[in-house]
Amino acid sequence: MKKFRVYKTKHVDQTKTVSFNFDGKSYHGFDGDTLASALLSNGVHLVGRSFKYHRPRGIMSCGSEEPNAICQINEDTDLTEPNVRATEIELYEGLKASSQNCWPSVNFDIGGINNFISQFIPAGFYYKTFMWPKSFWKKIYEPLIRWSAGLGKSPTKPDPELYDHKHVHCDVLIIGGGISGIIASKIAAKNNLKTILIEDKNILGGSTIFQKNENYKINNKYSSEWLDEEIAELQKLDNLTIKTRTSLAAYHSYNYLLAKESISDHLPLDKKNGGIRQRLWKIRADKVLVATGAIERPLVFNNNDRPGIMLANSVKKYLDFYGVSCGFNNVIFTNNDSAYETAVSLKEKGISVEIIDIRKKSNSKIVKNAEKLGVKIYWNSTIVNTFGHRKINSIEIMNLSEDGSNVVGDKNRINCDCLAVSGGWTPMVHMHTQSGGKLYFRENDQTFIPTEIDENHINVGSCNGDFELEEIINNTNKKVKNFLRVSETEFDNTSVLNSKELDKRNIWLLPNYISEGKCKSFIDFQNDSTAKDIKLALREGFKSIEHVKRYTTTGMATDQGKLSNMHALGIIADTAGVKMGKLGTTTFRPPFTPLTFGSIVGRSVGKFFDIIRKTSIHEWHSQNNAKFENVGQWKRPWYYPINDEGLHDAVQRESKAARDSAGILDASTLGKIDIQGTDASEFLNRVYTNAWSKLGIGKCRYGLMLNEDGMVYDDGVTTRLGENHYLMTTTTGGAANVLSKLEDYLQTEWPELDVYLTSVTDHYSTASICGPNSKKILTKIFPDTDFSDEAFPHMSYQNAKIDEINCRIMRISFTGELSYEINIESKYGKSLWEKCIEVGKEFKITPYGTETMHLLRAEKGFIIVGQDTDGTMTPIDLQMDWIVSKKKYDFIGKRSLYRSDTIREDRKQLVGLLTDDPNEVLEEGAQIVSDVNKKPIEMIGHVTSSYFSPNLNKSIALAVVKSGKKMNGQKLIVPMENKNINVTVSDSVFLDKENKRIYA
Amino acid sequence: MFLINCPYCGKRDQSEFSCGGEAHIVRPKQPTELSDDQWAEYLFMRKNIKGVQFERWNHAHGCRKWFNMVRDTSNDKIHAVYKMGEKPPVE
Ligand SMILES: [Zn+2]
Repeated sequence: MKKFRVYKTKHVDQTKTVSFNFDGKSYHGFDGDTLASALLSNGVHLVGRSFKYHRPRGIMSCGSEEPNAICQINEDTDLTEPNVRATEIELYEGLKASSQNCWPSVNFDIGGINNFISQFIPAGFYYKTFMWPKSFWKKIYEPLIRWSAGLGKSPTKPDPELYDHKHVHCDVLIIGGGISGIIASKIAAKNNLKTILIEDKNILGGSTIFQKNENYKINNKYSSEWLDEEIAELQKLDNLTIKTRTSLAAYHSYNYLLAKESISDHLPLDKKNGGIRQRLWKIRADKVLVATGAIERPLVFNNNDRPGIMLANSVKKYLDFYGVSCGFNNVIFTNNDSAYETAVSLKEKGISVEIIDIRKKSNSKIVKNAEKLGVKIYWNSTIVNTFGHRKINSIEIMNLSEDGSNVVGDKNRINCDCLAVSGGWTPMVHMHTQSGGKLYFRENDQTFIPTEIDENHINVGSCNGDFELEEIINNTNKKVKNFLRVSETEFDNTSVLNSKELDKRNIWLLPNYISEGKCKSFIDFQNDSTAKDIKLALREGFKSIEHVKRYTTTGMATDQGKLSNMHALGIIADTAGVKMGKLGTTTFRPPFTPLTFGSIVGRSVGKFFDIIRKTSIHEWHSQNNAKFENVGQWKRPWYYPINDEGLHDAVQRESKAARDSAGILDASTLGKIDIQGTDASEFLNRVYTNAWSKLGIGKCRYGLMLNEDGMVYDDGVTTRLGENHYLMTTTTGGAANVLSKLEDYLQTEWPELDVYLTSVTDHYSTASICGPNSKKILTKIFPDTDFSDEAFPHMSYQNAKIDEINCRIMRISFTGELSYEINIESKYGKSLWEKCIEVGKEFKITPYGTETMHLLRAEKGFIIVGQDTDGTMTPIDLQMDWIVSKKKYDFIGKRSLYRSDTIREDRKQLVGLLTDDPNEVLEEGAQIVSDVNKKPIEMIGHVTSSYFSPNLNKSIALAVVKSGKKMNGQKLIVPMENKNINVTVSDSVFLDKENKRIYA
Repeated sequence: MFLINCPYCGKRDQSEFSCGGEAHIVRPKQPTELSDDQWAEYLFMRKNIKGVQFERWNHAHGCRKWFNMVRDTSNDKIHAVYKMGEKPPVE
C-alpha cells in the first residue's frame, strides 16, 4: 500500500496514533489530523455521493467551504450529529463517521442510477415533477426525496450535553487569526485596548503558518517562522483574549456578534465528562475588525467533480501542514499564480506535478521558480474532460482560442491521480454583508470587495481583497493604525519578499468541444447543480439572481454556496450579457456555518425553559394532590381530585361544596398594583369606565378597563385604602401589561398627574373564602372583627390581625356567594391558608381550583377577560352598559364607544345559552348558526364558556352572538361533526339574579 | 441588535427595550368633540416610513421610562434619543 503521509510536520504529532472508523472500516491517523487529512493519509478520497445524481464525490477542500465530505458522526449514540464537515472535525480516538449521502454504500449506490437518467432531472426538476397530485406529497414524494437526498439523521434522544451562553463587551473584536488578524490584534492590545481575537481553527496562523519557502519572506525570515514569533508574543499580551475553535456565527447591527466556541467537540466521547460542549459568545464590541480571509474558487469544466479533484491551496495545506500528499501524479489546473505555490511545494518534496494554465503566459517570480524546478506548464490550455470512476485517473486537455471562448487543436490525454484546481480567490465578505455592509465589484480579478460603512468596522487582509503578502502586511498595518488612531507600530517598516502577481484570466464556464447539454460542469457540488441548469433557468425566464438561486437550488445547501455563488453569478452575467457588478450578489444570511440547536438555546432547557411562578401556598397545594394549570408563568391549582377522581367529578364536588357550605381559592396570582398620589382618584377616573371620585375610603369597586379602541382590556376590583391610596387588582395574565399601560399614560399623556404605581403582586398572598359559611369561618379566624353586614358590608374592606400579623380583608365576590378575600404578606401566605383550612374543617371547607372558579362565576354570568372577550368586545357588547359612566367627560376608550362600527346593533353580543337537552354540554369554541338549511351556512357566533352546573343541575354556556341582545328565548343551533345541538338564548345570569347569596 | 442610549441609564442592549410605535401622536384633549374620522386619525393612522422615523421606546427591563428615538428604518441608524416632552431634534 502506498504511503500518503510523505513527511513530518510540526502540526501533526506522528508519535501519537489515533484510531477511527469511517464507513465501518478502521483507520489510523495522528494527533493533529482532521478527519479529512486522516482519510487522505489513508488514500481515501471517495467520501460520499452527490445530492441529486449520486455521483461519487471526494474531499475537495480543507475548511468550512467543503461541499462533499459531509458526515454523520457517532451514529447510534446519543451524541450523533449529522451534516458535519470532515474537513472541520479534529480527529480523536474512537471517532466514528459515516458518509451521509449514499445508500447502501459509498462504493455501490443505487441512487447512482440518477446519474444515467440525469438528462431527465433538469433545473427545477423537483418543482416540476413532484407537483401533482397533491395527495402524493406526504406519502410518496416527500419520503422519496428525503430518502434519496441523504440529509442525515437527527439524534432521536434528548441531547445529553451542556451548552452555555456568555455575554462580553470589548473595545476591539478581531475575527480571524490569520496573518492580518494577528497583526491587528497585536496593534490593538499593545495600545491599551481590551481586545478579543477569535479563530475557528484550533491554532492561529491561517495559511501563512505553513508557508515555508524561499518565495515568501518577512524581514528575511520564512513567513511561517516570522509568524510563529508574532504568535508567541501575542500570547503574552494581557489585554488580549485569544479564542481558538471559535467561529463567528452572526454579525448583527451595532457591532453585536455571536460566536460559537467549541469546547469539547474535539475530545473523545469518553473524555467529554459531561462538561460544557459549546459556548455561544454574545459580544458587543466598540470596534470590529474582520479578517476572515478568502476561499479559493474552483473552476467550472466538464466532469469537474470526480474524487481526487481538489482545491489547489487545500492540496498544499494537506501537504505542508498535515504532511499528506493527495496524489503522486498531480496536475494543477489554474488561471492565476497562487496554484504555483502548490506546485512548488510538491516539486520540492520530489512529488510529480504538471500545470495546465488557462493564461497565455506569466512572468511572475513564482512561475519562473516553478519552471526552474522543472514543472511542466501547458499554457493557454483547458481541461475538456476527466476520467476515472471512484477516483480521477486522467484528464483530456485542449488549447484555448485567442479570446478564450472556444477550444482549438487536438485533445491531449494526461494521467493523474489528483487534480488541484484554482480559479482565484473569493474574499469572505459574509460577515461584512451580514452587518449591513455593501460590496463593489473589482473587474481585474472579478471579485466583490467590501465598501467600508462606518468608523467602527473594517475589513483587513484577503477578505478585503488584499491577496499578496506585501499588500496584506502593509495595508493591514495602515488600515488598523487609522482605525484605532495609532500613530506608529512595529510593523511600519516590515520588509516583505513576495513572488506572486494578481494576474488572472477569468473564464467562468470553460469552453468545450462537447455540446453544452452533454457536459456536466458542476457549480454547486453539494446541491448538484450545473452550468446547464443555470442556463436553463435563464431560458425559462428567471432573471433575478435570487430566483435563479432558488429554482436551481444553487447556493442553497449547508455550505451556503461558499464555492458556487461566484460562478453562478458569472455564468448568469455572461449568458444574460449583464455586468457582474450590476447583477449584485445573493444575500448572505447568518449563521455563517450551521449552529447546533444546543448552542442557540444554551441553558434554557428543561425546567429552565421558562420562568415558573409559584404562590407561597404552592407546597400545600402539591401536598394536597392539586393538579396544576399554567396561567401565564404561574402554576395555579386547577382542581384537587380526591382519590382517583377525574376533572369533571372533582369540579362538580368542589362547585357544590362552595355554594352549599364553604370553598377556598388561592387568589394570590391576581395582579396587584399599589396606586398612591394626590391625583390617584382622578387617574382611576381616566383609566376605568366607571366613576371613582366618590368611592369612600374602605370601599371596593369593580372596574372595567378599555383600550382606546373601546375594547375591553382588563378588569378587577380596586379598593380605596386611604385618601390618596388605592390597591388595584388585575387579571392574572394581564398584570404586567396593565402596569405598562398605566405607566405609559402617566409618563406620556398625563405627566401632570401626581400618581405613583408599584407592582405588589408578589408581595401579598390571597386566600379567597366563599360560601354561606364563610362569615362563620372568618369570625373564628378574626374574633376581634365585626363581620355584620352593617359593620362590614359587601364591597368594603377592613384591616385585621392574625397573631400580630396585619391582614387586609375585602368582602368581594367573584362567585356570587358571600365571600371574603384575605390578603397577607406573602411569607405568611401558607400559614394563613393552613389556618383557614384548620378553622374551616367543621364547615367542610373545600379547596377549589381555577376550573371550579370558572364554573361558579359562569353560573353568575361574570365574564373572564380573554375567555369571553377577545379584543373585539366593548362593554356594550358584553351587556355591561351599567359600568360605563355617562357623566364622565373622558376615559380611555370612551370616544370609541360611539364610533359608527361600535354602535352597530348586529355586533356580536354576550348571551347565555341553554341546551334543549340539559345534560348536553357544549364545546367551548363551537360555532353557532341559526339555519342549517340555507347554504352557505352563516356563522353568527361562538360558545365562549360552557359547563355542567351542579348547582342548577343543567348545562349552561356563555356565547357571543350577532344581535344576541335581542334574541332572548330564540332557538339556535350548534352544529357539531355528528349532530346538531339545539340551544335557546337566555339571560347570561343563570343563578341568583337577585344577588341574595352575597348577603347570605 | 441595537445598542440604545437610554436617556436615563445610558447604553443598553435592545433586548431591554420595547418599541411603542410612532412618536408625537398626542391624545386629543377633548375626544368627544371629534368626528369619527378625526378620532380614527388619532386611533389608527400610523406612518410606516422607509427612512427617518420618530418612535416611542420604553426601557421596559430597566428604568421603565418612556422616551423618543429618531431612527432611520432603512439602515437602523439611531440619530437621536430624547426624553418625553422634549422637542424633537431638527433634521
Ligand atoms: Zn433606562
